[in-house]
Amino acid sequence: MEENKNLYDPENTPEQAEITAEEQDDLHGENLTDRVKVLSPGMVVAKRFFRSRLSMIGLATLIILFLFSFVGPLFSPWGEEEPDKSTSKDLVSYPAIRYEYEDGTEYKAFDITITKSDVNIKGDITWRHWLGTDEQGYDIFTRLMYGGRISLTIGFVVVILQTALGVVLGGLAGYFGKWVDQLIMRIVDVLYCIPSLPIMLILSSLLDALEEIGLVLPKQRLYYLMAMLCLIGWSGTARLVRGQILSLREQEFMLAAKCSGLSVGRKIFKHLLPNVLPQLIVSMTLGLGSTILTEATLGYLGLGAPLGTATWGAMINYATKAEYMSDYLNFWVPPGICITLAILAFNFVGDGLRDAFDPKMKR
Amino acid sequence: MVKYVIKRILLSVFILFGVSVILYFLVRLMPVSYIENQYYASHPNVGSDEDLRRVLELYGLHDNSFLGICKGYLKWLFAFVQGDMGKSFKYNMQVEDIIFKNMGISFAISLVSMILQLIIAIPLGIKCAVNQYGKLDYTATVLSMIGMSFPTFFFASLVIKVFAVELGWFETGGLVTATMPVDATWWQRTTDVLWHLVLPMVVLVILSIGGMMRYTRTNTLEVLNADYIRTARAKGLSESKVIYKHVFRNTLIPLVTTLAGTIPGLFGGAMITETVFAIPGIGQIAYAALREGDIPFVMGYNMFIAMLTVLGILLADVMYAVVDPRVKLGK
Repeated sequence: MEENKNLYDPENTPEQAEITAEEQDDLHGENLTDRVKVLSPGMVVAKRFFRSRLSMIGLATLIILFLFSFVGPLFSPWGEEEPDKSTSKDLVSYPAIRYEYEDGTEYKAFDITITKSDVNIKGDITWRHWLGTDEQGYDIFTRLMYGGRISLTIGFVVVILQTALGVVLGGLAGYFGKWVDQLIMRIVDVLYCIPSLPIMLILSSLLDALEEIGLVLPKQRLYYLMAMLCLIGWSGTARLVRGQILSLREQEFMLAAKCSGLSVGRKIFKHLLPNVLPQLIVSMTLGLGSTILTEATLGYLGLGAPLGTATWGAMINYATKAEYMSDYLNFWVPPGICITLAILAFNFVGDGLRDAFDPKMKR
Repeated sequence: MVKYVIKRILLSVFILFGVSVILYFLVRLMPVSYIENQYYASHPNVGSDEDLRRVLELYGLHDNSFLGICKGYLKWLFAFVQGDMGKSFKYNMQVEDIIFKNMGISFAISLVSMILQLIIAIPLGIKCAVNQYGKLDYTATVLSMIGMSFPTFFFASLVIKVFAVELGWFETGGLVTATMPVDATWWQRTTDVLWHLVLPMVVLVILSIGGMMRYTRTNTLEVLNADYIRTARAKGLSESKVIYKHVFRNTLIPLVTTLAGTIPGLFGGAMITETVFAIPGIGQIAYAALREGDIPFVMGYNMFIAMLTVLGILLADVMYAVVDPRVKLGK
C-alpha cells in the first residue's frame, strides 16, 4: 500500500486538516471531528479530477453527446428511417467533361441527367432539415442522433464485457501463476500478434455470409459485432490486471490476508481487485474511445452495422464515394465530427482520471 | 542473454503457430473466395456446381469440412515453413514476391513520416514536460489529443476535400499524374510522385504525433523527478546541461522500445490511409485481397505482419537491456 500513503499525507492534501492556531483554542470542549474535514481517498481523487479543466471539458462534451443521442430523437419531427415525402424533387446533375484538341483549344461538354424522385432526397440545409437529407430522403440531423445511440451503446457494452473477461482471465493468470498463467498469457500473446484490422475485416465478411444463409438475422448483427470486438479486445485488460496482481500478490497486506485464512475468492475480489481498479477505470475510459473508433472504421468500410441502420461509422461511409465526398459535405462531415468529439472527450476524461488517481502527482 | 533470446525465439515460433491456425481457419470460413467469384464471373450462365467443384479442387478448396480444412492447413504450413507462401489467386504471383515488390512505397511513406514524427514529437514532448502546465504544455496537449482522436479515414477525407478538391494544390490520390507526358524526365517523374505523397505523409504524421509526444512527456516528467537529476542540479550544472545531457538521454530509453513496436506498421503499410489516397502500396493491395477473398495472399500478408510484430516485441526487450544497463534479461 506504499502508493496510497501519499493520499493520507496532510502535506500533499491540505484540504484534509485546515485548523489555524486560533481555532485550536476554540476546540476545547468540542469534538475534534466536527471541525476537521476528513477526505476519503476517493474524495481526494474526485476533487483532483473535478479541478482539471480538460477533464471537465471532456465530461461536458460527453454529457452533451449523450443527451443529443438519447433525448434528442424525442424532440425530432423525423424518424430514423422516415423519408421526407413532402416535396418531390428533380435531381439535375451535369458533370463536366473536358476535351482538348490537338491545337490546344479546350472544350467543355456537359452530361446532363435528370432524375425524378417523389422524395426530397439530397435536400439542402433548411429549417426543416438542419443538416439536409441524405440519399434516401432521411433527415441527417435525426439520423445523427440515432447513430449516436448505437455508437455509444456499442462502446459501453463492448468495453464492459471485455473488461469483465480481461479481469477474470488476467486475475486467474496473475493469482494462480504456473500453468494457468502460461496458458492464458500465451493466448493473450497470440491475440496480440494477430493484425487487428484484417481480422476484423475477415470476421465481418464472415458475418455477411452467415446473414446470407440466414443463420444471423440482420437485427442480431450488432450483437455479433459487439461480441467480435470484445473477443479481440480483452487481451490488453488481461495483461494489465495480471501485471498488477503479480506485484500486489507479493505485498504484506496479502500475507496478512493469507494469515487470516481468507478464502481465495475473498482475497481476489476484496483485496486484490480494488487495488487494480484505478488503472482499470482509466483503461476502460480510453478503451471506450478506441472501441468507438474501431466501430466507425468498420462502418466506413461498409462492414459495420446492418444496412439502413444509422451509426456514425456507417454514415461516414458516404465519404468513400467521390461524388458525395466532394459535393455533399453535410453527408459525412457531421458524423465525423461526432466521432472525433466522442473519442476526444473520452481521451480527456481518461487522461484526467489517470492524473487524479496518480498519487505521485503533486498539485 | 543468449539463453533468454533463444527461449524467446522458441516462444515466438509457438505464438506464430497459434496465429496461423486461427487465421487459416477464419480465412477458410470466409464466404467470398476469389476462385468462386471468378468462376461465376467467367461462366455467367453455363456454370454448374460440378464444374465449380472441380475448379475448387484444383486449388485445394473443395473440402470445407473440419478435416478438409485441417488438411489444407497442414499443406499450407509445410509450404510456409519452407519459405513458400503460395501463389496469390488475384495477382497470380508468389505472395512473397508481391509483398516485397509493393513494400517499397509503403515503407518509404512510413519511414519519412516516422522520422518527421520523431523530429517534432521528442523535442516538443521534452519542452512540454519541462514547462509542465505552462501555456505551451496545454496547447500541445490539446492539439495532440485532437490529432489522436481523429479517425484516419475522416481526417484523410477532410484533407483531400480541402487541399486537393477545393484548393487544388495536390492530387486527390494515386501516385502519378494522368496527364504526365510520355517523354517526361526522371526528375519530373520523381517530383510528381513526391508531390502525390505529401498529403498522405502529413496525415500519417499528424495522426501519430500525439501519442509519441504524450509518451515523451510522461517519460520526461518521470526522469525529472529522479534522484540523479537532483544531484546534477546540486552539482551546479546549468539548467540547459541538465535538460539536454541528463534528462534527454534518459527519456530516450523507453522510446527505444516504442520504436521497436512500430516495425509492423513500418513494413506492413497503412491500410486505410493507402486505400483513401489510392496509393498502390502493400496496405491497399492487402485490403483489396481481403475484400475479395484471395486466401494465399491474406494468409501470407497477415503472417508477415505477425512475424514483424513478434520480432518487434523481441527487439524491444533486447534493446531495452542494451540501452539501459540496469535492466537484466533473464529468468
